[in-house]
Amino acid sequence: MYSKTVMEHFTNPRNVGEIENADGIGEVGNVKCGDIMRMYLKIEDNTIKDVKFKTFGCGSAIASSSMATELIKGKTIDEAMNLTNKAVADALDGLPPIKMHCSVLAEQAIKAALLDYSKKNNIHIEGLEDINFDDDLHDHDIEE
Amino acid sequence: MREYIYMDNAATTPVKDEVLEEMMPFFKEKYGNPSSIYSLGQTSKVAVEKAREQVAKSIAAKKEEIYFTAGGSESDNWAIKGIAYKNKKKGNHIITSKIEHHAVLHTCEYLEKDGFEVTYLNVDKDGIVDLEELKNSIKDTTILITIMTANNEIGTIEPIKEIGEIAKSKGIIFHTDAVQAMGNIKIDVNDMNIDLLSMSAHKVYGPKGIGALYVRKGIKLDSLITGGGQERNKRAGTENVPAIVGMGKAIELAYENLEEHNNKLISLRDNLIKKIEDSIDEIKLNGHRTKRLPGNVNFSFKYIEGESLLLSLDMVGIAGSSGSACTSGSLDPSHVLLGIGLDHEIAHGSLRLSLGDFNNEEEINYVVEELKKIVQKLRMMSPLYDKLEGEK
Ligand SMILES: Cc1ncc(COP(=O)(O)O)c(C=O)c1O
Ligand SMILES: [Zn+2]
Repeated sequence: MYSKTVMEHFTNPRNVGEIENADGIGEVGNVKCGDIMRMYLKIEDNTIKDVKFKTFGCGSAIASSSMATELIKGKTIDEAMNLTNKAVADALDGLPPIKMHCSVLAEQAIKAALLDYSKKNNIHIEGLEDINFDDDLHDHDIEE
Repeated sequence: MREYIYMDNAATTPVKDEVLEEMMPFFKEKYGNPSSIYSLGQTSKVAVEKAREQVAKSIAAKKEEIYFTAGGSESDNWAIKGIAYKNKKKGNHIITSKIEHHAVLHTCEYLEKDGFEVTYLNVDKDGIVDLEELKNSIKDTTILITIMTANNEIGTIEPIKEIGEIAKSKGIIFHTDAVQAMGNIKIDVNDMNIDLLSMSAHKVYGPKGIGALYVRKGIKLDSLITGGGQERNKRAGTENVPAIVGMGKAIELAYENLEEHNNKLISLRDNLIKKIEDSIDEIKLNGHRTKRLPGNVNFSFKYIEGESLLLSLDMVGIAGSSGSACTSGSLDPSHVLLGIGLDHEIAHGSLRLSLGDFNNEEEINYVVEELKKIVQKLRMMSPLYDKLEGEK
C-alpha cells in the first residue's frame, strides 16, 4: 500500500525531536482524527538552519513529516513557504489517496511554525495572512 | 530471520491440513452438481448433507435447520432482512447493539431507510450489553433482537442465554452473529433460545467465502438470494461443494478439540496480557478480562497511533490489527472502541492480537519484546508524550 520511500522514511524518520528555544513552533491536526504534527524551526538570516518534528499519527503522517523537514532544511523562508503538500507526496513517490491529508498536514505544520516565527519577530511573511489552519482543511478525502 | 508470526486469527485463519484434504476431491474428481440425479451429482449431494450434519451437531441443531451461505456477512444480511421483511406486518422495530459487526450494523441502517426502526443498545465499559436497557427497549412492534455472541474486536462474550430468555418470554425472534464465537464457545441453540445464528468457516480454519445460517424450525424468513431450488428453496445458487465440505470438517474439528483449544489459547492469551501489562506502561486492556474470547488480546497504547504500530510490527514479522481510523479508511476510529467509551486518542492507539491454534509461548515472548521497543520508539516521536517524558 505504501511506496518504498514512505516505508523508508517511516522506519528511519529524519529530524525527529525538539529544538530548544526554537524560533518558530507550529502544531496542526487533532486527536479526534488521529494525526497531530508539531514542527520546530531554527531560523537565522532568513534561512531554516534546523528543523525537527514530533508526530502522532499513521505511517504516512510520520513519513510526510520526515520528508517535509528534509525538503526545507537549509532553505530560505520563501522556499519553505513554497513547499506544497503535493511536493511532499511526490518526494515520497506518492501517497494513497486517503492519505493525502498527511502531506497537507506537513505543509500546514511548516506554515504554522513560520507564522509563529513571524509573530514572535514582528515580521511579515508573504502568503501566511490568509492561511486557515482550521481542522476542516485536514480532510481525509483530499486527493491529489 | 524467524518465521512470520501471525496474530490476526480473528481476521481469518489458515485452512487446516485435515480440512484441505477433505476438500480436494471435490474440485476435480467429484465435481458433480448436487442437484443432478446421476451418481456423480449424488456424491456431491451426500457430501453437502454430511457437512450440514457436522455443522448442525456443533450447535445442537437439527440438520434441516442449517442453510449454507457465502459467509458470515450473507448470513447476517439474510437473517436480519429476511426476518424484517417477513414480519413487517407485525412490526417494524429491531433491537441490536452499538458494537455489532458492520454486516449487522449496515444491514440495520439499510432497513432504517426502508421504514424500519432500530434501537442500538449501549454497552458497558467492557462491551457487555445492558440487559435492563434491552428489556426497556422492547415494544409491541419489536420483531427482532440481534446481538452478537462475541465481539470481533475486543473479544467480549455477550450474555446470550439471558438475551435468548428475554426474547423468548416476549415472543420476539432472536438472531445472534456467532462468527467469532464458533469454535471458541460451546453453543446450544436450544439451551440459549437462539432462533437464528450466523457463522463463517474461515474463522475456524476452514475456507473463505462459505458460511451458514441456522434457522430454528418454524421460523419463517424471506429469501435473500432467489433463483434455483437449492437449500430447500431458501437460498439459490449451485452449492460451493468443496467449501461446504471444508466448513463441515473445520467445524467438526473445532468442536472435537474445543477444550484443548480453549485451554491452550486462554493460557497463551492471559500470558500475553500479563507480559504486556508488566512491560509497558500507560496502556489499557480493552474488553472484559475473563468474559472474552480465548484468543483475543486488545490493548490501547496511549500517545501512539495504531497504524504506525501495525506497520512497525509488520516490519519485524508480526501480523496484528488495529481499530484506528487510519486502518479503517474512515475518519473515525472503530465504533466498538468508541462504543465502550474510549476517547478518540486512546481508540486510535489500539492493537488487537488474536491468537490461534498455531501460536506458541515463544512467539508471545518475541512479540512482547518487539512491542515494547516499538511503543517506546513511537512514543518518543509523539507530541502527546511530551509531558510524560518531562516527568522522567
Ligand atoms: C462478528 C463478525 N460477523 C461477521 C463477519 C463477516 O464474516 P465473513 O467474512 O465470512 O463475511 C465477521 C468477519 O469479519 C465477524 O467477525
Ligand atoms: Zn492518517
